[in-house]
Amino acid sequence: MATEHEFDVVIVGAGGAGMRAALESSQRAKTAVITKLYPTRSHTGAAQGGMAAALSNVEDDNAEWHTFDTIKGGDYLVDQDAAEILCNEAIDAVLDLEKMGLPFNRTPEGKVDQRRFGGHTRNHGEAAVRRACYAADRTGHMILQTLYQQCIKQEVEFFNEFYALDLILDGDPQAAGEDGEVSVSGVVAYSLASGEIHTFRAKSVIFATGGAGKVFKTTSNAHTLTGDGMGIALRAGIPLEDMEFFQFHPTGLAGLGILLSEAARGEGGILRNSEGERFMERYAPTIKDLAPRDMVARAMANEVREGRGCGPNKDYVLLDLTHLEPAHIDAKLPDITEFARTYLGVEPYTEPVPVFPTAHYAMGGIPTTVQGEVLRDNTHVVKGLYAAGECACVSVHGANRLGTNSLLDINVFGRRAGIAAAEYANATDAIPSLPADASAGLEQTVASLRATVGGDGTERVAQLRRELQETMDMNVQVFRTAESLAEAHRVVKDLQERYTNIAIHDRGTRFNTDLLEAIELGFLLELSEVVIAGAEARKESRGGHYREDFPTRDDENFMQHTMAYKRADGTVELDWKPVVVTRYQPMERKY
Amino acid sequence: MTATAEAPAKAGAVPSMTVTLKILRFDPDGLDGREPGSEYWEEFTVEAHATDRVLDALHKIKWDIDGTLAFRRSCAHGVCGSDAMRINARNRLACKTLLKDLNPSRPITVEPIKGLPVEKDLIVDMEPFFASYREIMPFLMTSGPTPERERLQSPEDRAKFDDTTKCILCAACTTSCPVFWTDGQYFGPQAIVGAHRFIFDSRDEGEWDRLEILNDKAGVWKCRTAFNCTEACPRGIEVTKAISEVKRALTTGNV
Ligand SMILES: Cc1cc2nc3c(=O)[nH]c(=O)nc-3n(C[C@H](O)[C@H](O)[C@H](O)COP(=O)(O)OP(=O)(O)OC[C@H]3O[C@@H](n4cnc5c(N)ncnc54)[C@H](O)[C@@H]3O)c2cc1C
Ligand code: SF4
Ligand code: FES
Repeated sequence: MATEHEFDVVIVGAGGAGMRAALESSQRAKTAVITKLYPTRSHTGAAQGGMAAALSNVEDDNAEWHTFDTIKGGDYLVDQDAAEILCNEAIDAVLDLEKMGLPFNRTPEGKVDQRRFGGHTRNHGEAAVRRACYAADRTGHMILQTLYQQCIKQEVEFFNEFYALDLILDGDPQAAGEDGEVSVSGVVAYSLASGEIHTFRAKSVIFATGGAGKVFKTTSNAHTLTGDGMGIALRAGIPLEDMEFFQFHPTGLAGLGILLSEAARGEGGILRNSEGERFMERYAPTIKDLAPRDMVARAMANEVREGRGCGPNKDYVLLDLTHLEPAHIDAKLPDITEFARTYLGVEPYTEPVPVFPTAHYAMGGIPTTVQGEVLRDNTHVVKGLYAAGECACVSVHGANRLGTNSLLDINVFGRRAGIAAAEYANATDAIPSLPADASAGLEQTVASLRATVGGDGTERVAQLRRELQETMDMNVQVFRTAESLAEAHRVVKDLQERYTNIAIHDRGTRFNTDLLEAIELGFLLELSEVVIAGAEARKESRGGHYREDFPTRDDENFMQHTMAYKRADGTVELDWKPVVVTRYQPMERKY
Repeated sequence: MTATAEAPAKAGAVPSMTVTLKILRFDPDGLDGREPGSEYWEEFTVEAHATDRVLDALHKIKWDIDGTLAFRRSCAHGVCGSDAMRINARNRLACKTLLKDLNPSRPITVEPIKGLPVEKDLIVDMEPFFASYREIMPFLMTSGPTPERERLQSPEDRAKFDDTTKCILCAACTTSCPVFWTDGQYFGPQAIVGAHRFIFDSRDEGEWDRLEILNDKAGVWKCRTAFNCTEACPRGIEVTKAISEVKRALTTGNV
């Protein structure tokens, strides 16, 4: 029998977005945070380079320039009303964190220091601007710690190592139509420590479950970023928006995918090919190495494919920091240079570092309004359901996110979702009741997975995951074609079929991570299909999505968001949603 | 013809090798005929690259040999603090320990960190550890009206507590401390690191509240300066130095 809990607001996820929401919500309403990781283990802590805000602490800047950069960087798939909110609220978002105690780096006058980052410019593209607020190359770590510390102060209630795996709504969002209404009733979770199932009744639920980078093999994302929230929403009948847009960050440690922040280039680092050439001069003459990530990643992959890669297999390029003062490197980039030493045995003071693009960020996700309300189609919301952070799509990142805009996103929209969810809960009379069989689905899943131990299942979770990640890296990475996508689609369909025949090893109840890896793989397999389907349908190139067979942007047909629905029979169906344009007409993206 | 973007997984020619891991296991459920709560050693042999981490070897075991092996991990590059364990009798992060830096001709021993209740295999109950952290009030305390803009802080003042801001709450220090092993009351080094981060922050006004807590019988005076914590810290934090700065503040009354 499931243990029952009731709260006004339940937040799923304790990364930056979840905890920022919790700080607002718990002041206003009875709030619980359910998280599969201890809060401080969340991947927000891995973020390095900075958080954007036009503070103008070191040079002239303003929110309008930031908005323009965000929209242009996103290749005009950004909803412009949302981008305006993001950039206008950025200043307070940074100041709020400072007031909470975040130890930012400081200018000589004692203000929050700022540095350059890709795609962030002065006056609509004139030159790079210092907009990223930072704490060495551990900005995300400081954000995560500071928010957690504030949650301790506010005595936020956490359910640590609880996996939310089911969302309970009071109706089918795909059947509700124009006049119908669907509201949230709660979530069902699995406790890692005990193996027990818990139900959480709630007036409001906020999803803040982070990214899904593990659909790829080479990724900067944690093992635990398996897109659970997106997968749960999709299964509950909620669409996912723009999932084909995945950001490949240019500088992952070659072969490993561990990230070296763009701050390395913001501080003066240079990318070079096997001829020692600063090749970005050819691709983006004005801002060179600080062009947006999709452009730099493609340029790197192109250098490699044209034979100008480095190393024994000519399969990476080099990030050169050797002209920087060691003291400067130690002050501004201590962690990432240590990663190069630890994992590749390279000394960045004297040797250039092997790098190659790594799957980094999901621009797409659960569609929301600017208040964080989850959409069940282009216009209607699911009442009481919210999403924020990387699992959500507002959309402020469009087809390509600018560096430092995600730490900003999680703070601005985490806060907004927290306030909105609490206010909705306070305006709602009773905590909805759950149907008697609310936990039945999850109980069934868990029981049948346990029953595979020692059974006839012939497939292994790790093997299927490996094959999935390999096909995604091979066919759905920075260069895509109709053929590569068709191949990936075929492989994923086949893997989904084979998934029904898996066997796990662990039948235990306590800390059964074997069982959870199987469940997480289920999400990865479903989400990959959505990524691929979106990429197949989008016969153009825009931001992070590049089709070699359709190499240009096609505003006439594709300046719209993809909305992917999972139908009751399991098929993925695509629809489109208009982009919100306020004042910026699309123009060619040149840097 | 798009396979060109394939990731360079096989960068260079990294020699492969055979390594044996000897793991201290704990079975809470009592599966396969064991008593619930059995503790036993088990050896696994895997093929690995010299550049692989201990975490990679553990994954090979879990994914290809024995899925019941339980350990925590997330980021896989030393920033989330999930996978502190005792590797060859020293506390380290599995994801930051390269096989080539251990002696591969002998079995590598892997045990859970000591002093916290073991839950399953390499997983321990972290609650007591986080409880000590919460106790030192790890949040900025200020009085007076909140300023409009940021509170100013000079780069020099910021540098005073830089080292202790790096802590990822992995517990490697606390669970390497002989005093912590024998005295369940002791907060342990991490809590002192956590307090140091605020005590020496020029913006904070709660330093004496925290110093009073650390002056308590469970506090800093229990430290016998064994230096294990400093050696164990995967973030390179000078834990012992932080502790001595706290002790000095208590004896001199100056922060
Ligand atoms: C290496 C790296 C560097 C980066 N650097 C920057 C940068 O410099 N600037 C920038 O702006 N952005 C950066 N980003 C991006 C940014 O860090 C992330 O997009 C952002 O932190 C995501 O925050 P989040 O709160 O949405 O998710 P996360 O921090 O990933 O948190 C997800 C939370 O959800 C929980 N969760 C997941 N599934 C479940 C489930 N089923 N049940 C319960 N809980 C669940 C987890 O426990 C976790 O608490 C970087 C990303 C990476 C990977
Ligand atoms: S001080 Fe170092 S060893 Fe101790 S918890 Fe923090 S990071 Fe881990
Ligand atoms: S897995 Fe994150 S610190 Fe090792």
